[in-house]
Amino acid sequence: MTTKISFQQTSCAFLVNGADFLAVDRVDLDIADREVVTVVGPSGCGKSTLLNMAAGLVNPTGGQVYVDGVPVREPGPERGVIFQQYALFPWLTVRSNVEFGLTLQRGVSRAERRRRAQHFIDLVGLTDFADALPKTLSGGMRQRCAIARAYAVNPSILLMDEPFGALDALTRVQMQDQLLRAWSAEQRTIMFITHDVDEAVYLANRVVVMAARPGRIKEIIPVELPYPRTEAHRLSPEFTEIRNRVWHAVYHQALEEDRAT
Amino acid sequence: MTSTIPVRGAPPGATAPPGRSRAGRRPNRTSLRMLGLNAVAVAIGLAVWAGLARAGVEGLPGPLAVADRGWDLIESGTLLEDTAASLRRVFIGFLLGSLLAVPVGFLMGWYVTARGLIEPYVQFFRTIPPLAIIPLAIVLLGIGETPKIFVITLAAFLSSVISTFQGVVSVDKTLINAARVLGAGDGVTFRRVVVPASSPFILVGMRIGLGSAWATLVAAELIAAQQGVGYRMQQAQLYYDLPTIFVGLITIGVLGLIMDRILLLVERRLTRWQERR
Repeated sequence: MTTKISFQQTSCAFLVNGADFLAVDRVDLDIADREVVTVVGPSGCGKSTLLNMAAGLVNPTGGQVYVDGVPVREPGPERGVIFQQYALFPWLTVRSNVEFGLTLQRGVSRAERRRRAQHFIDLVGLTDFADALPKTLSGGMRQRCAIARAYAVNPSILLMDEPFGALDALTRVQMQDQLLRAWSAEQRTIMFITHDVDEAVYLANRVVVMAARPGRIKEIIPVELPYPRTEAHRLSPEFTEIRNRVWHAVYHQALEEDRAT
Repeated sequence: MTSTIPVRGAPPGATAPPGRSRAGRRPNRTSLRMLGLNAVAVAIGLAVWAGLARAGVEGLPGPLAVADRGWDLIESGTLLEDTAASLRRVFIGFLLGSLLAVPVGFLMGWYVTARGLIEPYVQFFRTIPPLAIIPLAIVLLGIGETPKIFVITLAAFLSSVISTFQGVVSVDKTLINAARVLGAGDGVTFRRVVVPASSPFILVGMRIGLGSAWATLVAAELIAAQQGVGYRMQQAQLYYDLPTIFVGLITIGVLGLIMDRILLLVERRLTRWQERR
């Protein structure tokens, strides 16, 4: 399998209160083409920073991130990002939000833009809300609109930063299933940040567990469950076992940190 | 629970709250009640005024005397000419001030260098009342229309530049990032994200600017004006002509209110997308 995203000795330090804070410390991680990798860890473990470096929104202070073998310098439409806070443009309708990225691409006609936006609006189930403003949508619908907007520019990579974190449990499960359905149809590479262990295991081919201070990879746990995944997988003993392993890795480390402070 | 959950279509309770958006547009019972109360308040105010005048407060004209004088001034065309002259000054000053404030505010918000260079001047001149600029304006610009419009422009500019700057600075960083990851460069991000996102601030700034422009008018018309509501009041003061002063005050108040409401309507229309709490 070819490598899609490659972190090579990637570090990122911020200046916090005049002191260097090492958010990510020499991370090595290869994500294969069309793989779903989830990243879990306590808050402050640098998982969002890791994703932002792949997105090109934050530059590494050491090492490099490669996408298709090319070092990442800035954001690009081949890497779609879905933010936890939805980040819809509130002055645009659902349709205009979804069309935003397409209007920036050369050679896409108006009609083609319309057609593609409509396709993704239908896909995420917002057909009846295409001309609504974001303020009239519920949290789940806003996130679906954000997903449609990211899909519309046809990125080969989706970088998702706790996208379902603000949703209620049922909506979240629906969104997970929808994400996996869309993924199996279009086969993109997905890097997905979450703090929900169940979600991490349900979606992933591999779960990356991170540790904090400094942010680093603690363990990579493979999820050997076949796709497409269903509710039955969620209830299977294999799922529970992997879930416990991930939970253990996250929890243990939280305990260690407590002891350290 | 089944293994597949229907996701298409809206979940219950996800639709727009009916009525809430409509209530803002059409007068409902509450706003009618408010209007009624407003009218009652005006009537009471007029009654108190009439009462005070009748009770013989030294030199105070009653509402009828003022209305009479108002009618005279309308009939002779004086009020219309004065109003036109004043409105012209306010509009030119306000327009120039806002047109200048928006790009300067954007520059200050977008480029740290511009902010460092411009901010000391804005903050300094903001502390000087426009009235205090008038002597300087007369000496430098003479006694024509220029110094009046200059002072009004300055007042409008200073009020809205800060607001525009604040608007640009407070644009949600995630929105800018969202545009960038969709492939937007600096120019597109600025035009299609920063400008609309800060428009509510700009419009509030313009409203404040219009208020300051209007408030500076009378002071500006102190500068040897030949016409204008402020000038007419100055003249009336010389002759102890209280009714004319009242007509001037009421004209300024009513026109200011009308202009503010018009801008408020424009603001509501342009920022309908905002979530109001």
